[in-house]
Amino acid sequence: MLNKTIEQLEQEFQAKIDAEIKIEPKDWMPDAYRKTLVRQISQHAHSEVVGMLPEGNWISRAPSLRRKAVLLAKVQDEAGHGLYLYSAVETLGTSRDQTIEDLLSGKAKYSSIFNYPALTWADMGAIGWLVDGAAIMNQVALCRASYGPYARAMVRICKEESFHQRQGYEIICTLMKGTDAQRQMAQDAVNRFWWPALMMFGPSDTDSPNSAQSMKWKIKRFSNDDLRQKFVNATVPQAHLIGLTLPDKDLKFNEATGNWEFGEMPWDEFFNVVKGNGPCNKKRLRDRNTAHDNGAWVREAALAHAEKRAERQRKAS
Amino acid sequence: MSSSEWPLWEVFIRSKQGLDHKHAGSLRAADAEMAIENARDVYTRRSEGVSIWVVESKYITASSPEDNASFFEPSDSKIYRHPTFYEVPDGIEHM
Amino acid sequence: MTKNEALFKYVTRIGDNSLILGQRLSEWCGHGPVLEEDIALTNTALDLIGQATSLLKYAGELEGKGRNEDQFAFLRYEHEYLNCLLVELPNTDYAYTLARQFLFDHFNYLMYQELLDTDDKQLAAIAEKSLKEVTYHRRRSSEWMIRLGDGTQESHERIQFALNDIWEYSGELFEADEVDQMMLDAGIGVNLAKIKTEWHKNVAEVLEAATMTKPQDDFMQLGGKNGIHTEYMGYILAEMQYMQRAYPNCEW
Repeated sequence: MLNKTIEQLEQEFQAKIDAEIKIEPKDWMPDAYRKTLVRQISQHAHSEVVGMLPEGNWISRAPSLRRKAVLLAKVQDEAGHGLYLYSAVETLGTSRDQTIEDLLSGKAKYSSIFNYPALTWADMGAIGWLVDGAAIMNQVALCRASYGPYARAMVRICKEESFHQRQGYEIICTLMKGTDAQRQMAQDAVNRFWWPALMMFGPSDTDSPNSAQSMKWKIKRFSNDDLRQKFVNATVPQAHLIGLTLPDKDLKFNEATGNWEFGEMPWDEFFNVVKGNGPCNKKRLRDRNTAHDNGAWVREAALAHAEKRAERQRKAS
Repeated sequence: MSSSEWPLWEVFIRSKQGLDHKHAGSLRAADAEMAIENARDVYTRRSEGVSIWVVESKYITASSPEDNASFFEPSDSKIYRHPTFYEVPDGIEHM
Repeated sequence: MTKNEALFKYVTRIGDNSLILGQRLSEWCGHGPVLEEDIALTNTALDLIGQATSLLKYAGELEGKGRNEDQFAFLRYEHEYLNCLLVELPNTDYAYTLARQFLFDHFNYLMYQELLDTDDKQLAAIAEKSLKEVTYHRRRSSEWMIRLGDGTQESHERIQFALNDIWEYSGELFEADEVDQMMLDAGIGVNLAKIKTEWHKNVAEVLEAATMTKPQDDFMQLGGKNGIHTEYMGYILAEMQYMQRAYPNCEW
């Protein structure tokens, strides 16, 4: 390896990727590949962890014991998914503390969808069905990502997430079969979450600066627009089946392509939220910081105790 | 701040009796007991295991990918180590 | 009081302990000191909600008015909840949460262990399943007491302070009244005097390992078991019952 040039190493690296050979932590990789992965995986991890907050907000108010348990288990899964992904970042040489520090300082991004408020119980349905539904589209594609630890984390996450979307749709279905007030609650939640869910796939491919390189490295396997279309095609019939309307007057089925064509997405709003002006940006970050700060003495104590115990063992032996 | 970060542990889980422990992932814990319990709570929420091993990541020594050619390729040519290398007459079973 | 009425109250008390503590613990979800601990606390909360579901379903059957576990969990008035005061205390911080959990886990473990031998088949089945869960809870909260007690000076002070502060709520766990006596006589309930002795012994062992001081038994706050609660309880119910009260008679 010492006598190989960077160009040769890069060529070999790309050849492995082209041959669908996974890259593992100790393998040589271009700096930019490592950086892109660290950015992408940590953003994903932050999204899981911040994503616990809007739903966590409803655990104490869940309307039945079954729903309470399901929601707890789901939010708990998200903590687990954050953990798996932080672990994947650690294999790239960045510790979890460093990664989390970037989140807490506001430097790192996470999915903007979690900067929208969860206002009613129906939002638990809309988030599970639409937000998790959109996330799963992305995540299934990432199970084949070129970086081994990332792909393996995604496989585990996808397996666990399979109930998340279903429980959300079940909540919405139950509401749609209920009273007028319940149906209104469901429709209102869908109206608020539909467009933000579609924008979770990111800007259109033509406006997405990193897309081409990420596709070449296979840390992104489908284009934003393809995945978004796939999501819309899957979701529109699910909405119609239970009597929901979607807040898009331009939505229509194209017989020729088999696609549900949709209207213009409100990107101004999206970028405004990305910039930090969403209804909950400040609150989410504050909540994460508070939990981290309040936990500092607990984390220090556990470590101090472990050291004391190790010291005692050393003396005893 | 990172001085108070808990050590990293690797988690290995036996999914059922009779199978090997397999690497499940990693987590952070202050001590071994906590690592076992966190592994239980993080990696066996869906009945994925009947036994857990944890080892602090820093104690794992790994082979280097740079050695892959000299480590692993020489065995590729030793095909006589595999049963399919040998011919047996037609009609012979259970060998 | 008939035997059935006593059994109804007895089961409701155990069920409400799980329900209210599960509700309290679930407030931590998303706010734990570290991701692993967030997941672990939620596991305990899930166990408790599961236990509450079985117990309140059974309580509903014993009551005989056709109320299911949800109507039972969400639609009673405050004085009809029979949990002990300890479990409704606020989370405050990790030290208070842990001290509360530790005291309760040690009680719950001994109680379920005794209930394995109850003459009531349903209760015995619930005890068998719950004991496995509670055994783990007790192990975890005891270990954490030792970590915090024998950790840093700050953690030692915090956990000792919290323990001292809530100790006055520990006595109610063992306060036997007519219901407890009837159930003990009927071969259904546990002998609270017996488990009190064991509880003190077990708790003292852990506290010693944690380099902590076991508070003296002094005046004990009572009332929860008979529906007279702390001021905190109303807020727990306001939150927990919100949906069922705001949208009555709906399926969810």
